[in-house]
Formats: sequence, structure tokens, C-alpha cells
Amino acid sequence: MKKLNIVVLAKQVPDTRHVGKDAMNADGTINRAALPAIFNPEDLNALEQALRLKDMCPGSTITMLTMGPERAKEIVREGMFRGADGGYLLTDRLFAGADTLATSYAISTAIRKIGEYDIIIGGRQAIDGDTAQVGPQVAEKLGLPQVTYVEEILSLDNDTITVKRAITGGIETVQAPLPVVLTVNGSAAPCRPRNAKLVMGKKNADVTAWSVADVNADPSKCGLAGSPTKVKKIENISFQAKESKVFSASDQDIQALMTELINNHTIG
Amino acid sequence: MNSLFVYCEIVEGRQIAGVSLDLLTKGRTLADQLGCQLEALVIGTGLAGIESDIFPYGVDRVHIFDAPGLFPYTTAPHSAILCKLFAEEQPQIALMGATVIGRDLGPRVSSAMGSGLTADCTQLEIGEYEDKKSGKIYENLLYQIRPAFGGNIIATIVNPDHRPQMATVREGVMKREIRDAAYKGQVINHNVADYVSAADMAIKVLERHVEKPAHHLDSASIVIAGGYGMGSRQAFDQLFTLADLIHAEVGASRAAIDAGFADHDRQIGQTGLTVRPKLYIACGISGQIQHIAGMKESSMIMSINSDPDAPINSIADYVINGRVEDVLPKLISHYKNLTK
Ligand SMILES: Cc1cc2nc3c(=O)[nH]c(=O)nc-3n(C[C@H](O)[C@H](O)[C@H](O)COP(=O)(O)OP(=O)(O)OC[C@H]3O[C@@H](n4cnc5c(N)ncnc54)[C@H](O)[C@@H]3O)c2cc1C
Repeated sequence: MKKLNIVVLAKQVPDTRHVGKDAMNADGTINRAALPAIFNPEDLNALEQALRLKDMCPGSTITMLTMGPERAKEIVREGMFRGADGGYLLTDRLFAGADTLATSYAISTAIRKIGEYDIIIGGRQAIDGDTAQVGPQVAEKLGLPQVTYVEEILSLDNDTITVKRAITGGIETVQAPLPVVLTVNGSAAPCRPRNAKLVMGKKNADVTAWSVADVNADPSKCGLAGSPTKVKKIENISFQAKESKVFSASDQDIQALMTELINNHTIG
Repeated sequence: MNSLFVYCEIVEGRQIAGVSLDLLTKGRTLADQLGCQLEALVIGTGLAGIESDIFPYGVDRVHIFDAPGLFPYTTAPHSAILCKLFAEEQPQIALMGATVIGRDLGPRVSSAMGSGLTADCTQLEIGEYEDKKSGKIYENLLYQIRPAFGGNIIATIVNPDHRPQMATVREGVMKREIRDAAYKGQVINHNVADYVSAADMAIKVLERHVEKPAHHLDSASIVIAGGYGMGSRQAFDQLFTLADLIHAEVGASRAAIDAGFADHDRQIGQTGLTVRPKLYIACGISGQIQHIAGMKESSMIMSINSDPDAPINSIADYVINGRVEDVLPKLISHYKNLTK
């Protein structure tokens, strides 16, 4: 089996999944500082698929690639704790404020710098935006085919890969030529846990940080400057509060409520 | 004046996806405001006569690309067609559904055109924008409005300098309405070979299974939705018992799905389904804006929550202060008693 060069795209995100009460500011906005920064969940599913490819094709190399502040080096190390070989952090003030297009431009320049790649794989979307745009945009920037919504990699030969992907109301099996960009769903196999030996060995591993200049990126295409979408305004909205009827959990109250809903034909 | 384009997605059985019809409806309104034409774009195989499903939404021109290999959808041929057609036609706005296909195609095309794309918009409007730095005023831009991460915040996004202004919208977010059953526009049958090369056909679909939907949340008159407060998949499954009894469908918040209590296709909210039932029963759901975006137009809302100050309670008609594990069995038993 051919040795693969695999690049895993991963993002460090605030944990938006169940924002507790303490994470809310008095003005109803979220206190980001109170949210733990986590490995974007679907990127872990992608990492697992990469690790399986490496199991299938011994001698393959997995390179983690992330963009964010210095702290996002944790993402690269987390990948290494689970079996990735190394990785890079894209970090520069010029990258800040990027929309998905400027983000994918930056990532594509870093992938070009990495140079050798057969498979570029990431999660379908990140939980802080849910846009699912960066994978396809990276593919376009590199002129590669893309397969999104991947559930499982079924097989691989020298120049094609066969995957199962989710479509609306079903599944399909597609075959794509290499090199290819894949994005993986959260319903794909979960990522294997950290390997204790790797944690010991890699916990102080150096992670190379790349700036705009390091990846030969055009600063006018990066960050806020390179983002075609602009935020016109941000509004704090409050919903029209309704006059609600309030009940307790007592049998009496629930019975009264049910009687009302049945009598006014809302239920039944 | 440059046109507004809607990509019409083809689903099994040569149907136009519901979300595309939603967008044609919205597109017509926006085009009227802008004083421009509404154009539709259909790509598939065996499409003869498809325009008759499209014109009634007030479409002025339908671009048809009909050839073998264009259904089922694969990325490259569809994006090649959009990119070339957009280069020729220079639309000012291009809309597509936030479906599996739209979310694969939209970003690919936006990247190739160097134009921005806003995902999962909950409103689209026309308005002006002033660039604070240059002081330049842009008239008649597309306002792409969507909840933003960070509390009850709505962001209005614009795309001042790049065309087309692109946005995706989920099914059910925009109202679907026929403009005029007798509306007649122009059909343009394109020669696919002028747009798609052999290399674009590199990805092969080997097999496909599409099943009947597991639920009818979009048309249910009662929706019972469970949140993270349900606590476990087992507890969540109780919602199905109540749903069977009162002929409801079961939905979920994203947090409940992330926790593994329910399947992805039941997610209600900005990045899931939009529902407008007669009655919406929220069980253990706090009511973050992304969730509310998908259910706020329900005629009646009931909330069961252990926290009397849960944000969802403020938009509820009925509030039950209590724990779901206490309340749900009582709802079930009292309903049974009262309808015996
Ligand atoms: C880009 C983006 C897109 C998103 N899209 C969506 C979307 O489409 N749909 C969606 O739902 N969310 C979406 N979210 C997530 C959203 O912001 C919230 O995190 C989510 O809706 C919270 O779900 P929840 O109310 O179930 O959980 P929580 O906010 O954790 O609330 C749980 C609630 O349960 C109550 N509770 C706890 N225990 C009990 C009990 N025993 N009995 C009764 N009540 C109890 C609590 O008081 C609380 O109110 C999105 C977020 C982002 C950033």
C-alpha cells in the first residue's frame, strides 16, 4: 500500500454545546472567557479517519494544521497524543477577523507550503459557526476535488479513494481521485483516545508557528482585509415577552393544564 | 440591472427541492424591490418541462442544463456550470438552499468567484451600507441576517465589493408562495458541453440509497422538543411515548443531539429545521437564539423547565416550572385519564 501524506485540518473552538448560566453576561451575551476551548468535535472524527488510513497504509504521515492564537498549539499536540506525526499553527495578527474565504485562503497557502499531500481531511463544520464552508473552499483554492459529509472511508487504492457519505435522507458511495479534500461528519466513528506513551513523549513537543510571511500569503487576502463579507451591524435582540400562564409540577396543575389544552382543541 | 439568481436543487423523482421554491418566493420579492429580473438555474438529467414548476413563482428566465451525468449531484460539474454562467451573466445576488448539496456547492463557487457567502440566513433584506473607513455608500445591498455566536445577537452581513452576493437559507425559513400560476418567462436551454469538461466528471457515484424521511416535523401540528435538560437518551425517549399519544413529532435542540439523546435530522433551529406547529412543547430547553430561530413562529409555545428564568419561558404561552422527569409522566397519565 502506498504511503500517504495526510493533512488534518482542525480548529480550536469555544465549547458552545451547552452554555451554562454562568457563561452568560448580564447583557445576555456569552462570556467567552467562561467557555472552555475545545478541539472542534467533528475535527476529531476527521482525525480518526486519518489515523485509520495510517493504520491501513503504514509509513503514512499525518500533519495537523490549525489557525488561531498561540494557545491553539494545543490542537496540534492533541492530535499528536492520538497518533499524528506533527503539525503547524498558523498565527498572525494579519489573519485575525477572517471570514471563511480568508480563512480558507490562509489554510491553502499553508498546505502549499507543506507541499506533499494525498488527502486533506477536516470536520464538516465547526460548532462556533456551523457554516461547513472552509473544507470546500480549501479544495477550490487548491484545485482539488472534494467529498463532504463523509461517514466512512471504505477503501483506498493507488490513486482513488472510496467513501460513504451522508446525503439528504440517505447515503451514497462515491469514488474520488487523489489528492482529495474530505470533510467528515460527527456521526462518523469517534476518535480513539489519547495514547499514554504519546502523551508522555509529546507533551512538550515544539509546534512550529507560521506567520503570513512564512506561508508566502498575500496580506491583502488575509484576515479582515481579505474578507469579502463585512458585518454591518450586531444587534442584541429581545423577544417580545408573552403573558404566560404559569403552572407548577403538581398533579392538580398538570391536570388543569391538560384539561385546558384538550378543551381548546390544542391537543387531541 | 443585474439579476437575482436562485439555484434550484433537483431531488429524487425530478422534483425541485422545497427550499428552492422558498427561495424563488423570497427572490421574487427582493427582485421587485431591486427592480431586477429573477432567474432560476436548474441542472440535472431528463428535465424536459421542468420550467412549468418554476415559472409560477414569478421567474423571468430559467436556465436549464440537461445532460446525462448531472444527476445525481456531484460537485465539479455543477460548480463549473455556476462559475461560468455567473461570469457571463454577472448576477448581483445568488441564493441556494442550506442543504447537503447547497453547502457543498455554495462555498466552492464563492471561493472560485472570490465572493463572500453567508450560511443559514434567517432573513434577507435590501438596504444600504456605509463603509466607515472610506465613507463610501453602497445602495441596494443584500442584508444577510443570521444569529451570531454569543448570546441573543443577530448579525447583519453585507458583501459590498464582490459579486454575486451569496447566501444559503434552510428549508422552511422563508415562506413559499406562488406568484401567478400563469406567469410566463423565458427558457434558456444551454449546451452543457460548453460548461462541463470530461475532467469535471472525475468523482463517481457508485451507489445511492434514499429513504423515506424518519419524521414529518416540517408539517406536524404538534412538536415536542427535548433539550439538554432531558438528561439522557432514555429520558429523551419518553418524548416519543407522549408524541404517539397526542400525534406529535419529536424534535431536539443541538445540545441534546450533541449529547447523543437524539438523531441529527431532528435538530430544530437556525442550523436545523424551522417548524411552525400549532403547539410547540419545549422540554428542558433553555431557549438560545439559534434554537428560537427555528420555532418562534409556533402558534402556541409550552415550556417545561426547572429554571423559572429560562429565556424560553419569556416567549411561552404556558410555562410549567418543574423537572421534566416529574412533569412528563404526569402529562402522559392525565392525558390518558382525560381522554379515556
Ligand atoms: C453557529 C451555531 C449554530 C447553532 N444552531 C443551533 C440550532 O440550530 N438549534 C439549537 O437548538 N441550537 C443551536 N445552537 C446551540 C445553541 O446556542 C444552544 O447551545 C442550544 O440550543 C442549547 O440547547 P439546550 O437548550 O437543550 O441546552 P442548555 O442551554 O444547556 O439548556 C438546558 C435547559 O434545561 C433545563 N433543565 C436542566 N435540567 C432539567 C430538568 N431536570 N428538567 C427540566 N429542565 C431542566 C435548564 O434549566 C436549561 O434551561 C447553535 C450554536 C451555534 C454557535
